[in-house]
Amino acid sequence: MTSLILLSIFGIVNLFLGFMKSKKVLMPMVMLFLAVSLGATLLDWNNPQTYFNNMFTMDNFSIGFAAVMILSTLFILPFSSKYGRDEDGNLAEYYSLMLFSLVGGIMMVGYENLLMLFIGIEIMSISMYILAGSDKRNILSNEASMKYFLMGSFFTGIILFGVALLYGATGSFDLTIISDAARNIDAGNAPLLLMGLLLVLVGITFKVGAAPFHFWTPDVYEGTPTVFTSYMSTVVKTAGIAAFYKLMSAAFGGVYEQWFPTVVAITVLTLLIGNIGAVAQTSMKRMLAYSSISHAGYLMIALTSFNDRSENAILFYSLAYSVATIAAFGILKYVADERKSDAYEAFNGLGKTNPLLAFVMTVAMLSLAGIPLTGGFFGKLFLFSAALEQDMLWLIVVAILMSAVGIYYYFRVIIAMYMKDPAGERITVDALASFTLISLVVLTVLMGLVPGLFNDLL
Amino acid sequence: MLTALLILWPAVAALLVLLVKGQGAKKVAFGAALVELLLGIWAWVGFNPTDSSAQYLINLPWIESAGIVFKVGMDGISLLLVLLTVFLLPLIILSTFKHNYERPSSFYALILFMQTGLIGVFTALDAFLFYFFWEVALIPIYFIAGLWGGENRIRVTFKFFLYTVFGSLFMLAAFVYLYFQTPGTHTSELSAFYQLVLDAGTQSWLFWFLFIAFAIKMPVFPFHTWQPDTYAEAPAAGTMLLSGIMLKMGIYGVLRWLLPIVPLGVSQWSTVAIVLAIIGIVYGAIIAIRQHDMKRLIAFSSISHVGLIAAGLFTLTEQGLQGVMVQMLSHGINVVGLFFIIDIIQQRTGTREIAAMGGITQKAPFLTVCFMVLMLGAVALPLTNGFVGEFLLLMGVYQYNAWMGAIAGLTIILGAVYMLRMFQRVMFGETNHITDVFTDLTFTEKAVLVPLVIMVFWIGLNPNTFLNISEPAIGQLLNVINR
Repeated sequence: MTSLILLSIFGIVNLFLGFMKSKKVLMPMVMLFLAVSLGATLLDWNNPQTYFNNMFTMDNFSIGFAAVMILSTLFILPFSSKYGRDEDGNLAEYYSLMLFSLVGGIMMVGYENLLMLFIGIEIMSISMYILAGSDKRNILSNEASMKYFLMGSFFTGIILFGVALLYGATGSFDLTIISDAARNIDAGNAPLLLMGLLLVLVGITFKVGAAPFHFWTPDVYEGTPTVFTSYMSTVVKTAGIAAFYKLMSAAFGGVYEQWFPTVVAITVLTLLIGNIGAVAQTSMKRMLAYSSISHAGYLMIALTSFNDRSENAILFYSLAYSVATIAAFGILKYVADERKSDAYEAFNGLGKTNPLLAFVMTVAMLSLAGIPLTGGFFGKLFLFSAALEQDMLWLIVVAILMSAVGIYYYFRVIIAMYMKDPAGERITVDALASFTLISLVVLTVLMGLVPGLFNDLL
Repeated sequence: MLTALLILWPAVAALLVLLVKGQGAKKVAFGAALVELLLGIWAWVGFNPTDSSAQYLINLPWIESAGIVFKVGMDGISLLLVLLTVFLLPLIILSTFKHNYERPSSFYALILFMQTGLIGVFTALDAFLFYFFWEVALIPIYFIAGLWGGENRIRVTFKFFLYTVFGSLFMLAAFVYLYFQTPGTHTSELSAFYQLVLDAGTQSWLFWFLFIAFAIKMPVFPFHTWQPDTYAEAPAAGTMLLSGIMLKMGIYGVLRWLLPIVPLGVSQWSTVAIVLAIIGIVYGAIIAIRQHDMKRLIAFSSISHVGLIAAGLFTLTEQGLQGVMVQMLSHGINVVGLFFIIDIIQQRTGTREIAAMGGITQKAPFLTVCFMVLMLGAVALPLTNGFVGEFLLLMGVYQYNAWMGAIAGLTIILGAVYMLRMFQRVMFGETNHITDVFTDLTFTEKAVLVPLVIMVFWIGLNPNTFLNISEPAIGQLLNVINR
């Protein structure tokens, strides 16, 4: 709860900081805000509290995911330093929007009541609609914002419709009451309840970028300024998947048999579309967009297996995925800014001109591909374990085939960096970003060598 | 402690090598590999050959919540493969001394890093640890072949990488499944996997999940298609690493992680596996006969020889498995020597075309002797290392099925055909404009080849030095399989 209050206050304070002439102070201040919020969040560990008449709770589950989101934001910020040097005057607003959307994200993982979930989704989404269009002079950014906004509002509407039906079926927005009602599903409320569940499911599927409601992802990711794309594909996804898991476990655990076929179908479809779609891309940014769709699919494997391993598997995977994705987008931003292209070719010869960037990118790609020595490997291992405990061998076979496809497109970047001639001069990277990249690598390798530090926290 | 040292030292050395600028890296790497060799010899000296269990055992918690442990140790089988690795690696590094590779520190660091993976694979006693090292060994060789290889290196090494990862993901799935079959709070320890009682149907599919991973690595027909291209395109050192040591990972995997864990699966599918292996023997040999490029010829001959090892694996006889052990060593030694000789010839003449050569004997007698010994080892002449292994293997296959033994025996005849033909056309006859100026071996080259030649005779004349090490472990393995 303290983190919610702190982040809201910091967001407003930050807006006032924006009145200052120098923009240089903004980023360090926001990083400080985030560090304080992270500390405040972690202080509540093992000390669950509920607020607002049991509408919101900070238990280890929500603290874990909130920490991943705040940490991710902290890692993303250093890559935005270039905005501070540009003449663009809205930096403070962008940072504040990020802080506000984090508030929404934390509400999405801590909700105990569907209204809270809805408000969380809206707070997070509206901030993102604006951030998607923050590169005002770029027509792609405008398009991205418009598309995201229209689609997003439409799907929020669907969620709201679903929530209304659930209220009709159960007489409450509270997860526990819905859960009780769902357990007695034969009491004549089945059609309304299941219809409501389906609509909420559709809405959340859209928010996490899972198929078949993924179609906005590549265009929006491509148009959005890279720093915010990075935020979108990590923080927003983590919030979405955690909210998704919580909804299914806390409210609809009793009707697992009813929703399992739908969710497993979505999972398989997401894995297929994400991975196969990524193969066809020539732009690295669009590839990462499809890759983020595919990772939503991997995360949903834990959802479909729905056992005591799932929670931890999702948390571990979210962290490993976020860390690697932030590194990838961070480097992409540098390369694309310098070489005026986000195609694979822009990465040609990066190993020669910028060994550090190439190395970090390699580790990130290996992690996303799930190769040992990286966090991504154990992330996949834990997800697969959760599914195999449920005897879903066939699903694992699909995931394995798709992982092999994944290696194809992740390794294209590595091939470009190390095995092709340089496409440009050495790219200069500022010290803070370099430090962040090194931290991201250290964290990824640490997760790959001693996963025990991060596993089994919940 | 010694096992951990053997695993960790190359990784530490790799980091040290990265700090060295310029061509000095190769010397540091060579020194590090010699230290590793000493560690290996130390392990050998202190090893109790009558004990069938894993020695130098280390058992540390790794991922406690999941029951995954860092458990490594060496029984006779592991020790022989560790010895092979630590013996070949300094020679492979030494063989590159005359090459001035670009970015040498990365090149040699990758080789050393790969050694960590290899030793880890051969000593791991936990399934996930094994998988971990399996992939750790793969990543460096991908970069070695992809960065310092020939013209088509990118496409070819990528194909190799995709194949291998695809296979190993199935292995991972099998391991996760087995993990969940262990009782109580699950564990991924090898010994727990050995105690599992699984029904025949489950073992049947588990067999294929594991077999595909190992068969791709060896490679067994029809999973071999990555191999000739990769061998041809990789730099000489990469080819030696791949053929000399890395393919033994696949054979070792079958021995340690397939046969004892799914014996019922093996009894259902062993005929299929042996038939595939025998097809590989004949097919590899026939294609080898048709090759014009020396490196490709040895690559295909390797498919043929490994086919025989694979066939021996599934006979589940003591002779067969002992043959596998000794032939792993022999094949490693012979193939590394042969690839090095081809590299020497290519360095001096600028080509690997068999038709372009001739008369090298007159110019390079020392090379001729080494080449001949290694070649005769490869065609399994009595008194050489190849003979011992192939004899035991053929005996094993013959016991399994006489007809299969007869067809597998073609490997010796066909092997002689392509090897002697190549030797004759390259080494004998008149010199021509490219072999006219051929010079004999330098000191460094002798330093690589002489130890290999000595090993050819050592194993050929006194195989018991090595067979005695693996015998108790093989016996123990057969006990587990026949439980």
